Amino acid sequence: MQGESTQDQWVDDHAGPVVRPYAVTRGRARPVGTFDLISLVTATRADVTPEAGLGPEHMAIIGLCQRMQSVAEVAAHLDLPVGTVRVLLGDLVERSLVQVREPRTTAGLPDDSVFEAVINGLRAL
Amino acid sequence: MDYGHSERPAGAAPLPTAIKILVAGGFGVGKTTMVGAVSETRPLRTEEVLTETGVGIDDLSGVEGKTTTTVAMDFGRITISDDLVLYLFGTPGQDRFWFVWDELALGAIGAVVLSDTRRLADCFPSIDYFEGRGTPFVVAVNCFEGARQYRLDEVQAALNLDPGVPVLLCDARQRESSKEVLITLMEHAMKTREARRGAAAATD
Ligand SMILES: Nc1nc2c(ncn2[C@@H]2O[C@H](COP(=O)(O)OP(=O)(O)OP(=O)(O)O)[C@@H](O)[C@H]2O)c(=O)[nH]1
Ligand SMILES: [Mg+2]
Repeated sequence: MQGESTQDQWVDDHAGPVVRPYAVTRGRARPVGTFDLISLVTATRADVTPEAGLGPEHMAIIGLCQRMQSVAEVAAHLDLPVGTVRVLLGDLVERSLVQVREPRTTAGLPDDSVFEAVINGLRAL
Repeated sequence: MDYGHSERPAGAAPLPTAIKILVAGGFGVGKTTMVGAVSETRPLRTEEVLTETGVGIDDLSGVEGKTTTTVAMDFGRITISDDLVLYLFGTPGQDRFWFVWDELALGAIGAVVLSDTRRLADCFPSIDYFEGRGTPFVVAVNCFEGARQYRLDEVQAALNLDPGVPVLLCDARQRESSKEVLITLMEHAMKTREARRGAAAATD
């Protein structure tokens, strides 16, 4: 997962008024966590009544993530830049309204069974 | 790493293993087409908004006078099973967005470098990049109409590739052909992993 310095590059508070996405995050730039594009987001509740500090984009994320989605998918579906989505996710995590988890990766896997599963899976598609 | 706590036993949905594959190559070479051809969803686009002040040194040279710029990435998904998902990312074409690549390349199992024989040099930066990072990659020669057909060993030589790097022809518009490219990449990534493990064991 990327380090803090990379995170700084996506969004910062010098963005100025031209960029609509910053309106969504109200100028705040730093998400609470750093979320990888393939981190997985799941809503923790089936529905949430709008509360202070939550905008329509937050609600949209909760709606979308009733089914587990990657950060990249959330951004694409909401048509918002990834940097903006990271900030919104930070808000939601703070309120325990979503859970963001890292998928398992192949890095530590002891054998090639995952590779074989992918190859067989692709063949079968 | 977990963020936040759930009220629902959110363990409910078990975490899948994610495989990340990049599709790279020069401008207009078929990256979006390939991601779309194999993805189970319509190809999605994700964007990063960059600000001049937020980006290091020379990264935005060429877009002077612009406060912000947007980098688009293609994104696709193939669900192999409930616990195995493949994510495809089509990289932004322009060189000045390397730092986006760095994020994309983190944890990527491998990359497809698409090339067009009419503009072979366009894929040099991608090849340099993945060689430099040690990311396993295959070169897929996208067959555009009107392009002279080269033999694969000619392409291999022209690109000065390591002999182990697979080079294959493809048609990025065809699902079967694009699937074949991904399978070749997975086989190559698996071999590379075994070879590295062997090398590591030998030096122990
Ligand atoms: N003949 C032929 N045309 C192709 C093939 N792959 C892509 N094309 C066409 O080439 C054009 C460019 O393809 P894209 O997929 O948009 O290329 P790209 O690499 O995403 O382009 P940028 O994102 O702009 O760098 C489109 O019109 C495609 O239909 C192929 O295998 N054969
Ligand atoms: Mg494209």
